[in-house]
Amino acid sequence: MAEPKTKYDRQLRIWGEQGQTALEKASICLLNCGPTGSETLKNLVLGGIGSITVVDGSKVENGDLGNNFMVSESSLGQPKAKCVCAFLQELNDAVKAKFIEEHPVTLIETNPSFFSQFTLVVATQLVEDSMVKLDRICRDANVMLIFARSYGLSGFVRISVKEHAVIESKPDHFLDDLRLNNPWPELKEFTENIDLDTSDPVAHKHTPYILILVKMAKEWAKGHSGRLPSTREEKREFKELIKSKMIALDEDNYKEAIEASFKVFASRGISSNLTRILDDTCSEVESSSSDFWVMVAALKEFIANEGGGEAPLEGSIPDMTSSTELYVNLQKLYQAKAEADILVVEQRVRDILKKIGRDPYSISKAVIKSFCKNARKLTVCRYKLIEEEFNSPILPEMQKYLTDEEYSVAVGFYILLRAVDRFSANYNTFPGQFDGAMDEDISRLKTTAVSLLSDLGCNGSTLTEDLINEMCRYGAAELHAVAAYIGGLITRQFVPMRGTFIFNGIDHKSQLLSL
Amino acid sequence: MADATTQQSSRSRDLDKLLLRPGHLVGPAFEPGTELRDDLQKYVRILVVGAGGLGCELLKDLALSGFKNLEVIDMDRIEVSNLNRQFLFRLEDVGKPKAEVAAKRVMERVSGVNIVPHFCRIEDKELEFYSEFSIIVLGLDSIEARSYINAVACGFLEYDSNDNPQEQTMKPMVDGGTEGFKGHARVILPGMTPCFECTIWLFPPQVKFPLCTLAETPRTAAHCIEYAHLIKWDEVHSGKSFDPDNPEHMQWVYLEAAKRAELFGIPGVTYSLTQGVVKNIIPAIASTNAIISAACALETLKIASGCSKTLSNYLTYNGVEGLHTKVTEFVKDKDCLVCGPGILIELDTSVTLKMFIDLVEDHPKLLVSGASVTHRGKNLYMQAPPVLEEMTRSNLSLPLFELMDKFPKGVVHVTGTAGKGDNRQSCLRKLRVAFKGVDGITDTDMAGGA
Ligand SMILES: [Zn+2]
Repeated sequence: MAEPKTKYDRQLRIWGEQGQTALEKASICLLNCGPTGSETLKNLVLGGIGSITVVDGSKVENGDLGNNFMVSESSLGQPKAKCVCAFLQELNDAVKAKFIEEHPVTLIETNPSFFSQFTLVVATQLVEDSMVKLDRICRDANVMLIFARSYGLSGFVRISVKEHAVIESKPDHFLDDLRLNNPWPELKEFTENIDLDTSDPVAHKHTPYILILVKMAKEWAKGHSGRLPSTREEKREFKELIKSKMIALDEDNYKEAIEASFKVFASRGISSNLTRILDDTCSEVESSSSDFWVMVAALKEFIANEGGGEAPLEGSIPDMTSSTELYVNLQKLYQAKAEADILVVEQRVRDILKKIGRDPYSISKAVIKSFCKNARKLTVCRYKLIEEEFNSPILPEMQKYLTDEEYSVAVGFYILLRAVDRFSANYNTFPGQFDGAMDEDISRLKTTAVSLLSDLGCNGSTLTEDLINEMCRYGAAELHAVAAYIGGLITRQFVPMRGTFIFNGIDHKSQLLSL
Repeated sequence: MADATTQQSSRSRDLDKLLLRPGHLVGPAFEPGTELRDDLQKYVRILVVGAGGLGCELLKDLALSGFKNLEVIDMDRIEVSNLNRQFLFRLEDVGKPKAEVAAKRVMERVSGVNIVPHFCRIEDKELEFYSEFSIIVLGLDSIEARSYINAVACGFLEYDSNDNPQEQTMKPMVDGGTEGFKGHARVILPGMTPCFECTIWLFPPQVKFPLCTLAETPRTAAHCIEYAHLIKWDEVHSGKSFDPDNPEHMQWVYLEAAKRAELFGIPGVTYSLTQGVVKNIIPAIASTNAIISAACALETLKIASGCSKTLSNYLTYNGVEGLHTKVTEFVKDKDCLVCGPGILIELDTSVTLKMFIDLVEDHPKLLVSGASVTHRGKNLYMQAPPVLEEMTRSNLSLPLFELMDKFPKGVVHVTGTAGKGDNRQSCLRKLRVAFKGVDGITDTDMAGGA
């Protein structure tokens, strides 16, 4: 057994121990283990997922050898679920892997309670009717569900869950939490003890930009009745003001201050995104509320009281030109404030838990800490039932996609992926699945797509003949490369995507549709 | 229906739909049919450069996309930290060459596919080696290696007398790259779409810390680590070079960094971070590699078969927040030294090979030192290995004109190192040599030049 820390080193560097623990606790059910499903599980198994259950009722045929890496010549005629499961187990012996030789459709019809035991159900290559049924089952059992389909050079991925709250969303570009224009008393005091106009050139060029900007912001506000620079002209003047304080050309700290001056212009207080979460009715908690919403309730109280309109301080500062001493002291100052904020929020969480009749210590300090550090980045995703989207998508969005050139192929695939399911419900085969009936299938698929569009209320919209033709050419083929792409997408769920992702394998102008 | 049943049982059941049927959204030269499918299997040869996270995926994806002749080149051996995504490797493979194990594993699973592994540096292969392939697919994590292969592939491109690229000499490349939740896939058709060098600005150089910060005002854990690694090591171990793969060396750097951090009151030095900083470790996860490799394999299939339009020409994937993919059509740099017609050098017929090499070394746009020179696949002068150096040494005193069989002009390839100080790297340059006062050279011929 390899030292897990070494084996998972490259991913621990991204999602940390906490993320890895969550992964190792998860249990996943895969429906259908063609290449799309198999490739999804392969990535999760390599990453160290807790357990997997593979459900598939088919036997391995020759055609499977051409698109699925998890089966080989010796698997011919054997249950596909068994072969795939065996290969996956070989990849990582720490994962609990089992299989059930059963058609997913049968399971959905006869044993709906089966699905409630899992953290996540990944349903691949299901047709519309089964998707709708499974979606209801998982929604009622509060199990997260991901649908995925590979179809020729097209495909889709759609998540379905009532609510998914993400604490550690790790967005890419997020403004540092420095409070330059709204310093707390200790930072104010610290800044006041620094003399920007020091005559010592070494000290002058090693004053970190945090201090320069806090001072400059204060100076500016004094001369502008408490306002911050807001117009383009004012922002330019503000930068000029910083520049005027330089005493030598090589002062990197001042250059950094000018570059970072946009951090002063950002508005004080919390974002509209966070406001929306605080205002959500779920933040009025009761005994059955989730831990997430209990912490949101505590956060709301903090912001209204101790926070003075700000969320808990994140507590870290970026690297910047500075003397070691000033930098380390600043770092300590930010950390101390963050720790103090966490303590206040923690107390509020405990009080709320008590009030709603729960164990005040049922939420660990570590979780509260992580919640506070990420308070500005909280994300809540909610998903419509798939049936709702299918029957009544957001029409203005649909119309917009249909007329936008960037979206035209993606939305065309969206309609056609649904049309091929209607087609198969009517004719018991997918368009173009067999040679010889191509012309007839093309015209039938066109009729089906047109009636689908009109059912959705998109009258007068048309799909190009080329794309309909293309869809028939695909004949429900599950290509390995497309399946591997879709499988990769499913695996990646830091902040789950919103909407339906449509894969466009022709020119790669794939799109996320919100319908 | 008889036909349909045979197809059902055929191994290429799914691919056949794309390869045997005509379509409207396809490449210009697409000729569907069983002949196309058989040609892909018989005649198309694909080289995969790199057998790491992307390379493993690429080999699997290509083997299941109708190709039967694959080769893979990689100089690395398998490490434990590869096992979270390089799915062809098992614990018992640790220490073995990646290329060999990857090739073996894919051949075991996908019968009928032949994969030739090359366990060596990309620079160790002759240019001839690279010219044999129909398409070169790159699954690399280094800018230098990409740049090198790009120059090799672009080096095969020939231009006609009107400076138009000649399509039959074009060597397509498909390049994938990943970093954490981000990645890119691109199609490079030298002479038609921008090459790696045309858009080199997409890969800004790594930010290195100024030495004075490390020595005088360290602020972060990384500063302490780099101090131990770049400054303290040399002070203490005079002459002995640091080996990032030696755990004792790494431990020493870690302890020194920790001492320095304590001295300055800086938090956060850990062994894991020390490794990350010193080895410049790029975080990697399976899903991004899977997505990018799949996109690359799909494009390779489309270029080789014409069964669909191709990516034009750069796909970025960002899975950090939700999911974003974007296609950008970059444009070629018409003055590109690598994929353009090449720098024109005019010479007297009396100039010897030695003089030519000196000239290349001093040329302001080239500055290639330690140059080896080839012409039409023939080694004129090779710096290494010693055997070849000895064999070609006598050419140095001969006029280049004679060595180039007295053609009035021609293309020569120069390999060597470019750059200064720590930035030295292997490079390959294509030069157009024209001899003055020889028949066949006219003023118009020279006009499109340098
Ligand atoms: Zn170029």
